[in-house]
Amino acid sequence: MIRNLWNDLDGTFFPESALDYMPADRLREVQLQRLKAATALAYDRVPLFRERMDARGAKPGDVHRLEDVCLLPFSIKNDLRDKYPYGLFAVPMSEVVRLHASSGTTGKPIVVGYTAEDMEVWKQVIMRTLYAAGYSRGDVVQNMFGYGLFTGGLGLHSGIEGIGATVIPISGGNSERQVMVMKDFGVTAVCSTPSYFIHLIEVAAKLGIDFKRDLKVKRGVFGAEPWTDRMRQYIETASGIKAYDIYGLSEIIGPGVASECTCQSGLHVFEDHFLMEIVDPATLEPVPDGSEGELVITTLSKQAMPVIRYRTRDITAIEPRPCACGRNLRRIRRISRRSDDMFIIRGVNVYPSQIETALLRTEASLPHYQIVLTRKSGLDRMEVRVEVTGEMLSDRLSEMEGLQRRFARSIEQITSLHTDVTLVQPGTIPRSEGKARRVLDNRNEPV
Amino acid sequence: MKIRQISVFLENRPGRLSALCRTLADAGVNLSTLTLAETGEFGLLRLMTADPDKAKQVIEQAGYAATATEVVALQVPDRPGGLASVLRVLETHNISVEYMYAFAMRAGGDAVMVFRFDDMDRALAALQAAGVNVFTPVDLFGA
Repeated sequence: MIRNLWNDLDGTFFPESALDYMPADRLREVQLQRLKAATALAYDRVPLFRERMDARGAKPGDVHRLEDVCLLPFSIKNDLRDKYPYGLFAVPMSEVVRLHASSGTTGKPIVVGYTAEDMEVWKQVIMRTLYAAGYSRGDVVQNMFGYGLFTGGLGLHSGIEGIGATVIPISGGNSERQVMVMKDFGVTAVCSTPSYFIHLIEVAAKLGIDFKRDLKVKRGVFGAEPWTDRMRQYIETASGIKAYDIYGLSEIIGPGVASECTCQSGLHVFEDHFLMEIVDPATLEPVPDGSEGELVITTLSKQAMPVIRYRTRDITAIEPRPCACGRNLRRIRRISRRSDDMFIIRGVNVYPSQIETALLRTEASLPHYQIVLTRKSGLDRMEVRVEVTGEMLSDRLSEMEGLQRRFARSIEQITSLHTDVTLVQPGTIPRSEGKARRVLDNRNEPV
Repeated sequence: MKIRQISVFLENRPGRLSALCRTLADAGVNLSTLTLAETGEFGLLRLMTADPDKAKQVIEQAGYAATATEVVALQVPDRPGGLASVLRVLETHNISVEYMYAFAMRAGGDAVMVFRFDDMDRALAALQAAGVNVFTPVDLFGA
């Protein structure tokens, strides 16, 4: 069923978006053809994939149907770190026109590369992302994702230019200037992390600027961190804009892997470029549509750095019903949490991302925190240490105690576990490579 | 006249206060007065100095969380009922004291006390109308 091939809001025809409405059987054909080529490329050019496939007795010629992807080996973030910097590249460096890098949880960063053709695909998927969220030529877009090695800023940038909108490459930070630019430049659309935009709503209020009355912003795409429907409601109510979820990761391409249309009911995966599977993170077996599991992606058109069955660690589910927008791209639900770092306390599964969500209910931006698990007389205890920043600080003890109670209460609401919240001085939580060690499990240590 | 006070978050652990004091000493910041409000786990150190902006910068650069607040320093007669007479002015105007502490210096024969009110502007107007002496930074820290 093709409802339309046109922009969801103003009825303009956008050829790039036509791919979103490709009939499902044709889409599967395209996927299969590209999967065969991607598997061959990875096998021929990337020693790691060749070794893994040989070890499993799998050959590129074994892929006859899309389901045969399960014959191929998985890859993980550590593979990219182990082959730092260029060990997974499938083309000579003379073909690589762009590098990006992201910091790992520990150790070296991971490096990703793009050929000119990859850059074109990246631009196309961002254009489709923006069209699906109602962006078009004539929009003035304030891009607040970080420019530089991070894929967010420059990734969105090319697509904004691609649709012929005006891009303001402002990057993140300097909140008062962000608000000034938003007002003075007549900004109509934004790209940001949700938490930073919530912070800007508060900054604007302090500056006496009424988002709805004084600003022209109508829509925004938000991503690069976990967020919740509650945060979306807050953004939309407080600023009067429409907020759309976007998803991506550097290892695959950056932003542009999946995005919401104006129906706001899950993220359409750009399946003509990315083959998705949802697997049980414990058994690695596929789960039925609608069931939660870990998102696994195989790149179908990446040339510089193809990845086969990459385990994203992001937990989601395939939305089995078709979307009201008429797109044939299947949807994933908002990423609910990560499959790693999970811990079990008093029989309850807890993810650090749940603690982050709880902290973000109280604070506009995520403070440094650490979860400390201890056991006393056979009883598990969870303590959450939160670093106090200048913005959180009050000169009144009662307010600081109130902050502590609010943190504890929202953690309890989300995890249904009682938590002791401890406020600590800035810089006291140990960091490795800039990212804090989130969970410190001391339960096996003698107390 | 309102005066800027700097509040610093400190964990309630041995050596934390002394480390902060060393930081300020190394930067040549002279503390005119300070007070520590604390729970079992953490404390808020409130301090006053001739150059609060510099003090805040030094403290933040050393990695502490700090915030600036406005307070007033009042002349309180050093006799029985001296403080009561000042507080009565505020009570009449229904203004609450959020916290108060003594300044580490006397003015003539009288005490100097630092106050934070829920409504600083109304408090100042009421105090001045009642003839209570409100100190300026020059009175406290010199020119």
